[in-house]
Amino acid sequence: MSGDSNDSRPATDGGSASDAGAPEADSRPAPSEQPAPEERDHPEGRRNLEGIRIDPVVEAEHESRRAVISALVEDEPGVLARVSGLVSRRQFNIESLTVGPTTVDGHSRITMVVEETDPGIDQIEKQMAKLKPVISVGEVAGDAVTSELVLLKVQADDPAAVHAVSEMYDGRTVDAGPETITVELTGDNASIDNAIGAFERFGIVEIARTGPTALARGNTPTAPGEKPGTAGEPTTHDD
Amino acid sequence: MSDTAAQPRDDDAEGAAESADADADDPSDADGPTAGPVSTGAESVVAALEAAGAETAFGVQGGAIMPVYDALYDSSIRHVTMAHEQGASHAADAYGVVAGEPGLCLATSGPGATNLVTGIADADMDSDAMLALTGQVPTEFVGNDAFQETDTVGVTRPITKHNYFAHGADTVGDTVGEAFELSRAGRPGPTLVDLPKDVTQGETDETPGPATPPAGTDPDPNADADAVEEAARAIEAAERPVCLFGGGVIKADASDAARTFARTYGIPVTTTMPGIGSFPEDDDLCLSWAGMHGTGYANMAITHTDCLIAVGTRFDDRLTGGIDTFAPEAEVVHVDIDPAEISKNVHADYPLIGDAERVLDQLTAAVREAPDAEAWRERCAEWRETYPLTYATPEDEPLKPQFVVEAFDEATDDDTIVTTGVGQHQMWASQFWTYTEPRTWVSSHGLGTMGYGVPAAVGARVAADAMGEPDRDVVCFDGDGSFLMTMQELSVAVREDLDVTIAVLNNEYIGMVRQWQDAFYEGRHMASDYTWMPEFDKLAEAFGALGLRVDDYDEVAPAVEEALDYDGPAVIDFHVDPEENVLPMVPSGGANGKFATAEDQL
Repeated sequence: MSGDSNDSRPATDGGSASDAGAPEADSRPAPSEQPAPEERDHPEGRRNLEGIRIDPVVEAEHESRRAVISALVEDEPGVLARVSGLVSRRQFNIESLTVGPTTVDGHSRITMVVEETDPGIDQIEKQMAKLKPVISVGEVAGDAVTSELVLLKVQADDPAAVHAVSEMYDGRTVDAGPETITVELTGDNASIDNAIGAFERFGIVEIARTGPTALARGNTPTAPGEKPGTAGEPTTHDD
Repeated sequence: MSDTAAQPRDDDAEGAAESADADADDPSDADGPTAGPVSTGAESVVAALEAAGAETAFGVQGGAIMPVYDALYDSSIRHVTMAHEQGASHAADAYGVVAGEPGLCLATSGPGATNLVTGIADADMDSDAMLALTGQVPTEFVGNDAFQETDTVGVTRPITKHNYFAHGADTVGDTVGEAFELSRAGRPGPTLVDLPKDVTQGETDETPGPATPPAGTDPDPNADADAVEEAARAIEAAERPVCLFGGGVIKADASDAARTFARTYGIPVTTTMPGIGSFPEDDDLCLSWAGMHGTGYANMAITHTDCLIAVGTRFDDRLTGGIDTFAPEAEVVHVDIDPAEISKNVHADYPLIGDAERVLDQLTAAVREAPDAEAWRERCAEWRETYPLTYATPEDEPLKPQFVVEAFDEATDDDTIVTTGVGQHQMWASQFWTYTEPRTWVSSHGLGTMGYGVPAAVGARVAADAMGEPDRDVVCFDGDGSFLMTMQELSVAVREDLDVTIAVLNNEYIGMVRQWQDAFYEGRHMASDYTWMPEFDKLAEAFGALGLRVDDYDEVAPAVEEALDYDGPAVIDFHVDPEENVLPMVPSGGANGKFATAEDQL
C-alpha cells in the first residue's frame, strides 16, 4: 500500500478546465446511474439508542435506576452554576442536588440523586469530572448512608395527634402556634415519604425538603480518592 | 506590509523592556518562561500572553478592554483589528487550526463579548484551542446593569472548556496564562477570561509566573497497556477492518502515526469531516470521509466493517446517521483523550483513553500481524469504482460548482489551505478537493456556522505568514449566503494586505436549505431564495480587493489563475447552477449504507 496518487477523482481532473464550454463527460457513472439504496447489501445488525450492538431478536434496553453521586468540588464562585448547567444542558434526570462544606476549607461536597441508565450515570460522572472545579466525583456505593431533612408545616387543629405522628417518625416540633405546627424530620428518602403521607391527614400547609445527602459507609471514601478529614490535607485532582 | 506588521515593535525601548524574554535568573523558571516586570493588571495580562508564546491576536477595541489594548501597544504580539468581533473569534479559531497553537481573540464588554459568542461556540464544538479575553465593567458595577455590561462568564459557561472572572491585578496574569494553557491541555477547547476594567487598570508589580494548566486537566497521553493489547487482538482477528480518523488525529499531530498504522497493517481508512487531511485522500487505502455527504464508498465501508478503529472522533450525528444502523456489526476500538467521549454515542468495545499519536504508536507496536483483509480491501476498491464522486456537466445547464472546486485544486499546491462557510459550497469543497495534508482543511463542522469562511481565511493567512510560509495559498470557498454574513472582514484582508482568494459559489439561494426544501418540504422555497444579490465582484473592488465574475466554464481557469496570481485579496463571484444538489446524501437519522445518489431517493 503506497501513498502514490491514484485516480480516484472525476475525469475532469487534468486540463479540461481550459477547454471552452462544458467539460467532457465523465466516463464514470454519474450519481443517478449508481446503484440505488435498495440495490445494495445492508448488514442485519443493529445498535440500540445507547449505541450498543444488540441482537434484534432479544433487544435489551437499559433500565434507569436511582443513583447517588457525590462530588468533591472547589468552593469557587459559579461552581454550582457549572454543575446545574451541565445537568440541564445534557438532559440528565436529576431528583435533587445538595451542596455544603466539608472538613477541608475551600472544598464543598455536592450530592446529587439522579434517575438514569447505567450509561447515563457513567456520562454524568465523566462530564462532571471535566469541570475544572470538580476534584473528584463518583457514585456512592448502594449501601451508603443517605439522609435528608424536611420541614413540614401542618394545620394545628389536633396538636396531640400531630405530636403523636411526629414521635412515631422521630420528628421534632420546631414551631407551634395557634394555627400551624412545624415539624422537622430527617431520614432516608423512603421514610420521609412515609412520614409525609402520615401527616397529610392534618392538612399540610407547606413543605421544605433538602434532598438527600450521603456518605459512604466505613472506610470507603465517599468521592473516589477522597482523603479522610483526619488526614488534615485536601484531596487533590488525580492526575 | 503584513511582514512588517508581524514584527515586534522592539524599536520602542519601553516595549523591549516589557517583552516576554524569559528571565534566566528567575528560580521559578522551572516549567516555562516567566514574564518581564509589569506595573498594571493589563501589562500583566500581556506579559503572560507573551510568556505563553502567543504571537498574534484578533480583536476589536472598546471601552472596557482599552487598558489591555494600551498594554498591547508595546507588545511583541501582532494584533489584527477585525471588522466585527465574530470575525475575531473565527479568525483566532482558524489561526489556531493552521498554526497548531491556541488562537487569541479580544473584545470589549457587553456587545463585544456577545459578538464573540458564535466563534467561541464554534471552537467549542470543534475542540479548537482558543483564548478569548473580554473587557468587563469595573468590579464594583458588576451586577448593576452598567453600560455595556453582560454576564459574560454566565453567557459563555456552556460553550467554553472553562471560563474565569479575573479578581485582581496581582493574579490576573497568572489567570490568563492558565487559561491559555488550559485551552490546549488534553482535549483542546476555548477558554475565556473576563477582565473587569479596575483589574486591568489596577497597579501591580506581580510578574506572572510560568503558565501551567490547572491540576487534573493534563491527562496521561498513554492508553492502558492491557487495553491496547486487547484492542490489538481484535484488530488482528478482523476480516473487514476500517480506520476512522477524526479531528483529534489532526489536533494531536498524529497524522504520521495514523499513516504508519494504516499502511503497516493495510487497513482501509475513512475520515470524519474534521479529520480531512489526516490521511492523504490520494492514497490507495483512503476512502475519504464518511457521513451525511461523505463518499458512497466510505459509507459502505463504515457500514459493513466488523472492526472500526475510531481515533479522535466524538461520533457526531452527521457522521453516524441513525445510531441503530451505524457500523452495526463492528467491534469498536475507540481512541480518545476525553473519557467522556467513550461510549457517549457509540458503545466502545475497546476504549483506549489517551493522546491519538501515542496510542496509535502503541497500537502499531502491539499488533503482531496484519488482519487478513485482502478480500475486504478489494471490496472497498469495488465500492470506490461503483460510487465515484462525480457530477454531470450538460451543455444546457449552468456552470457546476464542483468544477470550480476542482479547477482551484488543480491550480494550487498540496499545502494550500482551504477555508469555507457552511452549506452546499462547503460540501463541494470537501468532496471535490483532494486533501493530502493535515491543517489544510479549515471549516466549521460541529456548529455549522455560516460566515466562517472569510474571517477564517484571514486567520489562516496570518498564521501561514507567521509560520514563515507566505507562499502557501489560502483559498476560501464561500456561499453567497455565507459571504453576506461576514464579508466585512474583506476590509481587514485589504488593510492588512493578506493574500487570500475567495471563491463565492453563488447560486442565489441558501442552497442547502433549498435542497432540503425540495427533498422534504415539497419544494416550498420559504426564505431560501434570494431574489436579489449584490454584485460581489464590484463589492470586492469597492473594498479595494480584486473582483472578478465568472459565468461559464471557459472563464474558470483564467479567473482562477488571475486571482491566485494577484498579490492581495481577490474575490471571484462564480455564478453556478442554482439547481445543483449535494450528493450523495444520507438523510438525517438514516442508514449510512442507504445514502441517496439521486434526489428521488430522498
